[in-house]
Amino acid sequence: MFFNLPFIVAALLVILGITTMLIKRNLIKMIMGLALVEAGVNLLLVSIGYRAGGIAPIFTSAPDGVMVMPTVQAMTLTNIVIGIATTALLLSFVMVIYRMYGTANAEKVRKLRG
Amino acid sequence: MMQELLLQNLPALLLAVPMLGAFVTPLIGRASGGARNLWAVAVMLATLAVAVLLTAQVLSSGTVVYTFGAAAPDLTVPADSGGIPIRIIFAVDAMGAFMALAASLVGLGVMLYSLASATRSTGQNGYYALLLLLVVGILGMVCTGDMFNFFVFLEINSLAGAALVASRVDKGVAVEAGLKYAVLSTLGGLLVLFAIALLYGQYGALNIAVIASRMLFTPLDQIALVMLLVALAMKAGAVPMHFWTPDAYSMAPSSITALLVVASQASLYGVFRVVFTLYGLTLDYATIGWIIIILGVLSMFVGVTMAIPQKDVKRLMAYHAVSQTGYMLLGVGVGLAVLGNQQLLDTYGVIAMEGGIFHIINHAMYKGLLFLTAGAIFYRTGTRNLNQLGGLGHSMKWTMVFFIIGALAIAGIPPFNGFASKLMIYESVFLFNPLLAIIAMVVSILTLASFVKVFHSIFMGPRLPEYADVREVPAPMIIGMALLSLLVILFGVFPQEVVDLLITPAAGALIDQGGYIASVLGGA
Amino acid sequence: MNMSKIVRSAANLLFPFILVFGFYIVLHGHLTPGGGFQGGAVIATGFVLMFVAYSYDFITGRIGAESLHTTETIGLVLFIVTALVAIVFGVTFFTNWMLDVGPVLNNPVAFGPNPGDLNTAGFIPVMNLAVGIEVLGALSVIVLYMLSGTKEEI
Repeated sequence: MFFNLPFIVAALLVILGITTMLIKRNLIKMIMGLALVEAGVNLLLVSIGYRAGGIAPIFTSAPDGVMVMPTVQAMTLTNIVIGIATTALLLSFVMVIYRMYGTANAEKVRKLRG
Repeated sequence: MMQELLLQNLPALLLAVPMLGAFVTPLIGRASGGARNLWAVAVMLATLAVAVLLTAQVLSSGTVVYTFGAAAPDLTVPADSGGIPIRIIFAVDAMGAFMALAASLVGLGVMLYSLASATRSTGQNGYYALLLLLVVGILGMVCTGDMFNFFVFLEINSLAGAALVASRVDKGVAVEAGLKYAVLSTLGGLLVLFAIALLYGQYGALNIAVIASRMLFTPLDQIALVMLLVALAMKAGAVPMHFWTPDAYSMAPSSITALLVVASQASLYGVFRVVFTLYGLTLDYATIGWIIIILGVLSMFVGVTMAIPQKDVKRLMAYHAVSQTGYMLLGVGVGLAVLGNQQLLDTYGVIAMEGGIFHIINHAMYKGLLFLTAGAIFYRTGTRNLNQLGGLGHSMKWTMVFFIIGALAIAGIPPFNGFASKLMIYESVFLFNPLLAIIAMVVSILTLASFVKVFHSIFMGPRLPEYADVREVPAPMIIGMALLSLLVILFGVFPQEVVDLLITPAAGALIDQGGYIASVLGGA
Repeated sequence: MNMSKIVRSAANLLFPFILVFGFYIVLHGHLTPGGGFQGGAVIATGFVLMFVAYSYDFITGRIGAESLHTTETIGLVLFIVTALVAIVFGVTFFTNWMLDVGPVLNNPVAFGPNPGDLNTAGFIPVMNLAVGIEVLGALSVIVLYMLSGTKEEI
């Protein structure tokens, strides 16, 4: 049970993030929900690579024993970088929308219909 | 020597050329706009040349494998790694090469068209750089043999696409469409990454071939499959996750819309790759096949019924794009539903898949062409509203001819390419389930009806006073449209040649999961 | 609008240290935790500090989005060209070709605990530098543009 905790938390974070995106009206808060989903995925990735009692994966004169997996950590870093780019892009969009429409309320930002 | 190096590194060059092109574009653009345009077209031409060479190589000598960061391209499994490919590997089979070829052909048409259509907007340096990056994203998605790499290119594709959708701010409406597209794409991308994490946790590998060879189809794999299918079907614009397509397609500049069609088809390719190569026979292919068929039929029907009442010409075309995506899902879904049964596969399964795959390239050509003509009309008249347009047949003759070619092709009228692929789908799907074939034909007729209406309201009628000074669009736009029309006609007149040359190997590559694994892992 | 004199002086004082620390992270990317992206982000925070302390017009008069764009582009081009050169040496894209050429960045790594040798790891430090200047340009440009978007409201 204890070792499953990170996975449960990761799934919870993703679900919380998606819920936030669905129920919040403010565009900025929706983007925060997206960031929560991203955090959940990152947590899942890192916890997959975790080994109980593992050491850092540096091979030079490494002591015996298990090492944590470096691949998922590299994937997490990549995802963080991509996440920064996405969040910056989305926030810029919201800024433009706010200046053009005078609101960031998702219910009022609805000029596209049909 | 030089030639040998080039031929050896084609898969890497396919990405490196447009990527370098995209990064250098702003530098050149600061010096001179004309030089930048020349550079962008030259880069796109070079990319197309690499894609053609790569396709030739794949067709003559089978799947091309390329290992990044190794001493030689085919050293997929390092000697001291215990039989696991640890590096990023590109595995370009006939299907991938086919998609790369289609993407770079449309890319070239779009690039030529942009030379004229983008002149009125500011920020052209960014426009061309993002256009090339979008091409990089598409090409990377269809070439890669690594799940995580696929995710990265999916994100490049989404980000570049979203920025381009929003590029013509249009009082904020285009930005709204871009925001919608970006949020949904990012959520889809994160779902894909979640699925990749589940797969990695079980099989300890990211390489598609390795995962496929170890696939057990546990409950976790099923969750991963659902996530991958939902996310990629959403990006491909299939019903019921299609709601972003009309917004994004109608608000993007027309040249970009034509390329966005290809970008969604790269996601469709992702669906096929996941289902056929990653999971293959381990999954319940009849159920998944039927799910894809039902998605396809729904997309066809909902797309076309939503399209008919539209007033905005690009929105209308966007709904037709959803509808046409349904044909591809239907064709390939039928092939998947009979995957385990060699006899049925030979009788009609393979032909259905070939029809679906052939429809991908045909759709990219004629839908790209239609969006470009819509852009040409918008360029001259400044409106996309069907009720305000009329009588343009007098002044925009070339655009009208290109529109007729595209409209007849999408409705499946011979001798255009839409007919060729739709006929293959009808014939084979009829053997599988007659009802599905009849629905497909009805949708085609509705499509024709819808485009007759559009044609009538844009081009027919007396010359309207407000469009009295409308002239034909500039030459680069005509050349871009002519390039695509030429392909539409060529593919329609010689369908058998195209099918034999490109489509049959592509369908064979999708079915042949063992061959894919063997080409990466070596003889396994 | 400029911030108060105290804030500006503190920002002036901190700015060079942030730059040095950022470039330290970039250049030691192959020896210690961190690397191009992290170091570039640290440097960008230095620029952000200046943006906050001084007025928008003052900053754009000195730095300018154009030069930051150029920095970004140079980083990207350096990255991709370094990766491409590998093809000329007959190995594949992104192979560490500098490992076998000349004495530059080519020392063997010492065994066991050691203070670290910068002159190792082939083209990885070059890649880190490329990513570092790319990220510092890109992140600063993002913040600068967002600042220009809010300029009128302030």
